[in-house]
Amino acid sequence: MTEKTAQDVTPSAAPAFKSTGRYSALRLLREALSGHRNWTRAWRKAEPRSEYEVVIIGGGGHGLATAYYLANHFGITNVAVIEKGPIGLGNVGRNTTIIRSTYYTPENIRFYDFSLKLWEGLEQELNFNAMVSQRGCVYTYHTDGQRDAMTCRANDMRLVGADCVELDRAALKSLIPAIALDNGRFPIMGAFMQPRGGTVRHDAVAWGYARGASEAGVDIIEHCEVTGVRQQGGRVTGVETTRGFIGAGTVCLAVAGHSSHVAAMAGIRLPIESHALQAFVSEAIKPFLDVVLMFGAGHYYVSQSDKGGMVFGGNIDRHNTYAQRGTQWVAQEVAAEGVALLPALANLRILRQWGGVMDMTMDGSPIISRLPVDGLVMNGGWCYGGFRAIPAGGYTTAHLIAHGESHPLTTHMDLARFAEGRTVDEPGTGPFPWAH
Amino acid sequence: MLRIPCPHCGTRDEVEFHYGGDASVRRPAADADTAAYAAYVYERTNPRGWHLEWWFHAAGCRQWLEVRRHTVSHAIDTVNGKP
Repeated sequence: MTEKTAQDVTPSAAPAFKSTGRYSALRLLREALSGHRNWTRAWRKAEPRSEYEVVIIGGGGHGLATAYYLANHFGITNVAVIEKGPIGLGNVGRNTTIIRSTYYTPENIRFYDFSLKLWEGLEQELNFNAMVSQRGCVYTYHTDGQRDAMTCRANDMRLVGADCVELDRAALKSLIPAIALDNGRFPIMGAFMQPRGGTVRHDAVAWGYARGASEAGVDIIEHCEVTGVRQQGGRVTGVETTRGFIGAGTVCLAVAGHSSHVAAMAGIRLPIESHALQAFVSEAIKPFLDVVLMFGAGHYYVSQSDKGGMVFGGNIDRHNTYAQRGTQWVAQEVAAEGVALLPALANLRILRQWGGVMDMTMDGSPIISRLPVDGLVMNGGWCYGGFRAIPAGGYTTAHLIAHGESHPLTTHMDLARFAEGRTVDEPGTGPFPWAH
Repeated sequence: MLRIPCPHCGTRDEVEFHYGGDASVRRPAADADTAAYAAYVYERTNPRGWHLEWWFHAAGCRQWLEVRRHTVSHAIDTVNGKP
């Protein structure tokens, strides 16, 4: 009898895990016949092994999507996703669920439109109902200058194959009867619309990617906080965690909101500040708004959830913070913008409010890049756009890990752009993240 | 909501102030290399903890204040170096 090595006796995840099988109408019927008692868990809770080819820090949308695409599209299945709490409770569960590719810089339009294309096929890809609803994103303009800038953006979008149409006041009023076109202070001159934009059930995105990654063999390890990044000779060798050391050939940071905190463990300073972005949900009402509506005279966006609540948000809180709360005056500012756009909202009560911690980069564009330590890569700096970027962010980060170089759609997102003077200044406000 | 103890005007609500970012960054010497300038313009410590930051009392004395504030609890420790 040969002696067993430590590797052989490493316990696998507690009880044997049964595959979830495919979800379908027929399956639903079959499970119904047995009183829905035989559904298996959607994904396997794993215990950490001593070593993996790739360790992804962060079980949010981008971390889980990166693991999913690594295992299913790039042939790397020896992957762990480690998360300090339960998966999906960070920003992927704290946003306003909007998807769109209405950006200014052609690089970012291309990237976000790739994401939109992946959203369009996501439910078939994952065999999971993420409630992708392409109800259209409408954004209003209020001045001649704004119309010209938005026309420019619409043309840029169409040049790279994204969709964008202009709506005059009559078309806007017929699309959104509750809108106040002549609200006195900021009369609406017209609007642009991306018909392919819309909303997605945000929690289902985390669950769907977790299920797909887990089925392909990825270990998803919850309640495992990273406390250090171990290096040897300028190369990463693994991560110290609250559940012991985990070795890794490649370590990927997918901890947006906390990128600076984790990167500092590897001695790296990032061009990022953490700021809180609030979101709000009102009490549920009957169907009132069937598009995503964005206010051009300020920073406000609103949609109606399938449960009937109005889901809306606005600007960040404009001071550095890691607190998932939100300041009162920004809540008032957001509510005032909503009422200027849709006066009927004044009759509603806000049911819930929450804050998420955003990685705000110095140029307002994300970072998917190798870091100055070999074997260490990051996906972060998402500013306001992290949720809608999840499929493309996961796919292109998996590409970077598998091939060692950026996906062609993310070459502009490398960290070196700051030192080399080629920032992608999406908001056009310079290196002042609280003003983005 | 923050309440910032202005040494000139007394404790005032956050809405009277404008944020001015990290107050610990220092401009490098004029002959420093581009890497030092890139770090000065773009890189931030962004601590999860005590943070030295600028606040401009726009609706008060119109002075720039150096506030030490905790980025998780939002407690304010010192203003212009004094408790």
